[in-house]
Amino acid sequence: MKSFEYAAPKTLEEATSLLSDRWGEAEVLAGGTDLITSMKQQIAAPKRLVSLKNVADLKGIKSEGKSVTIGATTTLGELAANSSIQEHFPALVTAAKNVLSPQLLTLGTVGGDLCQRPRCWYYRNGLGLFSDSLVREGENRYHAIFGNDGPALFVHPSSLAPVFVALGANMIVAGAKGKKREVAAAKFFQIPKTEQDRETSLKPNEILAGIQVPISGLKNAIYEVRHRQTIDWPYVTAAVAFALKNGSASDARVVLGHVAPIPWAAQNAAKVLNGASISDSTAAKAGETATQGAKPLSKNEYKVQLVRAAVKRAVLAAGGA
Amino acid sequence: MANAKWPEANKRTLIGKRIDRTDGPLKTTGAAKYSYDINRQGMLWAKLITSPHAKAEVVSVNFDAAAKMPGVKATWKDDSIKDVQYVGQIIGAVAAETEEIATEAAQRVKVEYKLLEHQVVDTNPDLSKDKPSQREAGKVEEGFGQADVVITGQYGCPVITHCCLESHGQVTEVKDGELFIWPSTQNVSKYSDRLGETVDIPQNKIHVDCQHMGGGFGSKFGFDKWGTIGGILSKQTGRPVKLMLDRDLELMIGGNRPSAFAKIKVGAKKDGSVTAVQTEVWGTGGNQGYNAPPVPYVFTKIPNTSITGRGIRTNRGGQRAWRAPNHPQGCFLTMSAFADAAAALKMDELEFFLHNAQFTDRADIYREELKIAADLINYKQKAHLRGQGGGGAVRRGLGMSIHTWGGRGHDSTCDVTINPDGSVEMKIGTQDLGVGTRTTLAIVVGETLGLPIEAIQVNIGKNSYPPSGASGGSTTIGGISTSSRLAATDALNALLEVASKKLDVPVDNLEASGGSIRQIDKPDTKIAWKDACALLGPNPITKRGVCVPGEAQKQKFLDAGVGGAQIADVSVDIETGIVILNEMVAVQDCGLIIDLKTAESQVYGGLIMGITYALFEECVYDTKTGKMLNADMEFYRLAGLKDIGQLKVHMMTGQGYDERGVVGLGEPPVISPGAAIANAVANACGVRVPYLPLTPDRVITALQQKGGIV
Repeated sequence: MKSFEYAAPKTLEEATSLLSDRWGEAEVLAGGTDLITSMKQQIAAPKRLVSLKNVADLKGIKSEGKSVTIGATTTLGELAANSSIQEHFPALVTAAKNVLSPQLLTLGTVGGDLCQRPRCWYYRNGLGLFSDSLVREGENRYHAIFGNDGPALFVHPSSLAPVFVALGANMIVAGAKGKKREVAAAKFFQIPKTEQDRETSLKPNEILAGIQVPISGLKNAIYEVRHRQTIDWPYVTAAVAFALKNGSASDARVVLGHVAPIPWAAQNAAKVLNGASISDSTAAKAGETATQGAKPLSKNEYKVQLVRAAVKRAVLAAGGA
Repeated sequence: MANAKWPEANKRTLIGKRIDRTDGPLKTTGAAKYSYDINRQGMLWAKLITSPHAKAEVVSVNFDAAAKMPGVKATWKDDSIKDVQYVGQIIGAVAAETEEIATEAAQRVKVEYKLLEHQVVDTNPDLSKDKPSQREAGKVEEGFGQADVVITGQYGCPVITHCCLESHGQVTEVKDGELFIWPSTQNVSKYSDRLGETVDIPQNKIHVDCQHMGGGFGSKFGFDKWGTIGGILSKQTGRPVKLMLDRDLELMIGGNRPSAFAKIKVGAKKDGSVTAVQTEVWGTGGNQGYNAPPVPYVFTKIPNTSITGRGIRTNRGGQRAWRAPNHPQGCFLTMSAFADAAAALKMDELEFFLHNAQFTDRADIYREELKIAADLINYKQKAHLRGQGGGGAVRRGLGMSIHTWGGRGHDSTCDVTINPDGSVEMKIGTQDLGVGTRTTLAIVVGETLGLPIEAIQVNIGKNSYPPSGASGGSTTIGGISTSSRLAATDALNALLEVASKKLDVPVDNLEASGGSIRQIDKPDTKIAWKDACALLGPNPITKRGVCVPGEAQKQKFLDAGVGGAQIADVSVDIETGIVILNEMVAVQDCGLIIDLKTAESQVYGGLIMGITYALFEECVYDTKTGKMLNADMEFYRLAGLKDIGQLKVHMMTGQGYDERGVVGLGEPPVISPGAAIANAVANACGVRVPYLPLTPDRVITALQQKGGIV
């Protein structure tokens, strides 16, 4: 790990002022479960770390009227244990708990989960985030089957992101002087095109402060296909949310994780659910539809089948089956 | 006089009982110090400079920028290196005041390479350039002619590593012309062989100390290049130097198990009898030769067999002995093809294996072990023919395998001392790989002297102790139990001589039992152990026991040759390809068991290691860059607690086993799991998943292609 300067400001305003206009010079430190290992492996070598641990108003979960706001430095364990989250957003509880590692649940934060860097093994071996031809002709079993037309072939690593997108959450972003802006979760994640971009729409001097999730009574669930039953990265996840009135679904969202460089909205699958009753056959049809447009690479065609299964199971879980 | 022969079952107070390991508390509290934990006054940290390229000419190496860094104390360059043959190959090293400085300094070393074309692919037999090995017995074509069914299948298992939780390395301190070293090793007594030459220090001035070590599995016999480097850097600086491999290097250069891919043709009659087996096998062990694994494995008496082996040289780190070298591969290949033959005959797999046990060296034992395993897993209730386990997304199935190993004890010497204050010390230059060596030594000596294990002070892990063999090939327990038994018996007999005079009982009529020396035919005539020892006056008794394996085998202290049977019960989610291990049973014989608990633990450990390579482990190399992509513990997956299911172990003991003497157990239990689990998956989902590990992509692909049987 390269030597670096460490700052632990008390306010968001101070924290953003310590960041840089360019990526890589300063990094925001929350739980550190990704950043510190990246620094040890020389994937990241920031000159300055800005720790958020003393910024009090970034921590905790508040229920306010028709929404719940989750502070960015709330840990995954705190998220899973919160009664409002448990009541309204079981998909978030499942997603957080599925991280499984007590260490990650204790240290890892909600903001960190959303802003962590990809696990692509070419990237982690120092071969760059856009090792396009290496990945296409190489070991791409864990790579993207959607959104892979450009040079970015990694999959978004977040456990929570697909759920936040499915729930229609808003990201609260703090910029210069602590000034806040809101951006829809679906727009917060972006496919980077150059090494100067990141996987979110954050600017280098902005900090994700929190996530506001509307309480709109949507049934919601997530299904993860994980190889190990202990700590592991999912191969495919499916987050599903829909309203259910008189046995009929509406306002459905189906969002896939670990299949694209961003959480991948399977809009046609959502359409299958709208107006339908939740049954094995509707769920299977949604799963089948979710695979539309998949473009597997040379070694990850199996992920198409995993999408089929994960969506079907998430739909049934959300519907109470 | 005490007789060294192993005591009869009704005379044993410690041997064969279920006894906790004596160093358990040390390990669970962290008091046990491993090489990584050794910190000497003024110690420096060393880091290696290694090749990022799979094949290249080394044009120049420049240490200037590194040497200038504050805190850097020494550098070393391997002048013999003209080219590199794999990623991670060592080019040089630096030593610095802190690990961080050493790491950064190593990165500042400028190495200029001229890239050469590399080759890391091991799945394609056409890449083999070595002369194939060939072996034939009987007449294969005639054998296939006698068969009612002939199947052909392709199977394979990839290169995996030992993945020792404690990586390779050591702390070295050269002081006043002597070399003190704390390595993580399986070979304390002979570890330093030739290390002295590399640093110009006589053998007798090298002091090896390894009290605890975090796994070796066959990869930690020698001092290795890092051992030499530690010595050189310590000599240069006059300070202790710690050099342990980082995890990525541990996985790339710390040794690995060769891959084995095969095309196998099996002919069998309607009654299940296998008539012929024809095998083409290929794989890699890195940039060196390749020994084809044995196929058919265990069923060596099948009349007509032929095997062709092709080694593929690759620019990868080199192979090392991996727990039961070549057996897990040969076992997986053989048992998979046999289960496919049983399926083709629509025959129950257990019946097929029982029937073909006739072609093994130990038919009755395998049959008995298979039957016990079947009972333990409730085979009769659960078994079904391949693919007939019902519908639904999750399918359940059973699969089995049998295995063998030698395990004859190694050369070993041991000193046992009885002190005038009644304390007992033993010294033996062996090592505890985490398996319970200390505990078994205390049991043997305690049993011999009629004392509890707490009364025996066990000293191991130093090359100043009487030499004992390396812990490889399941040879430790046979060797050390014999040498310690002989030493303790001799020491006891010397004490009995003294007690004989005091008690006025002939020495032949005395025995040590329950903390006393007593008259055999009149047990009330006795003297307490401590009082007997006090009769020694100022001088202790020290006796040396020597295990000469051939002689010891004749006298039934030890023996060679074991068998084992394992059955796995799995669930396969046919929509996601996820394999869940529900239950696994292992039935194992190993002669006379010294400690039933640590013996069972060996088998549990073997099962867990086997489950791990069956479901998760593989070294993934990138063809273009030649790099190992998963040289970490994130994508080089090992099983966790929730992945291993319920494990049941049954040790074969009593008549037929105990009187053979002691046989090693380290290797056998790790041989069968890959085969048994793969067979269970085939039984569950009706399709052979031909390649390990049984990952979702392989399971889904096999299901979509309807299997590897053509």
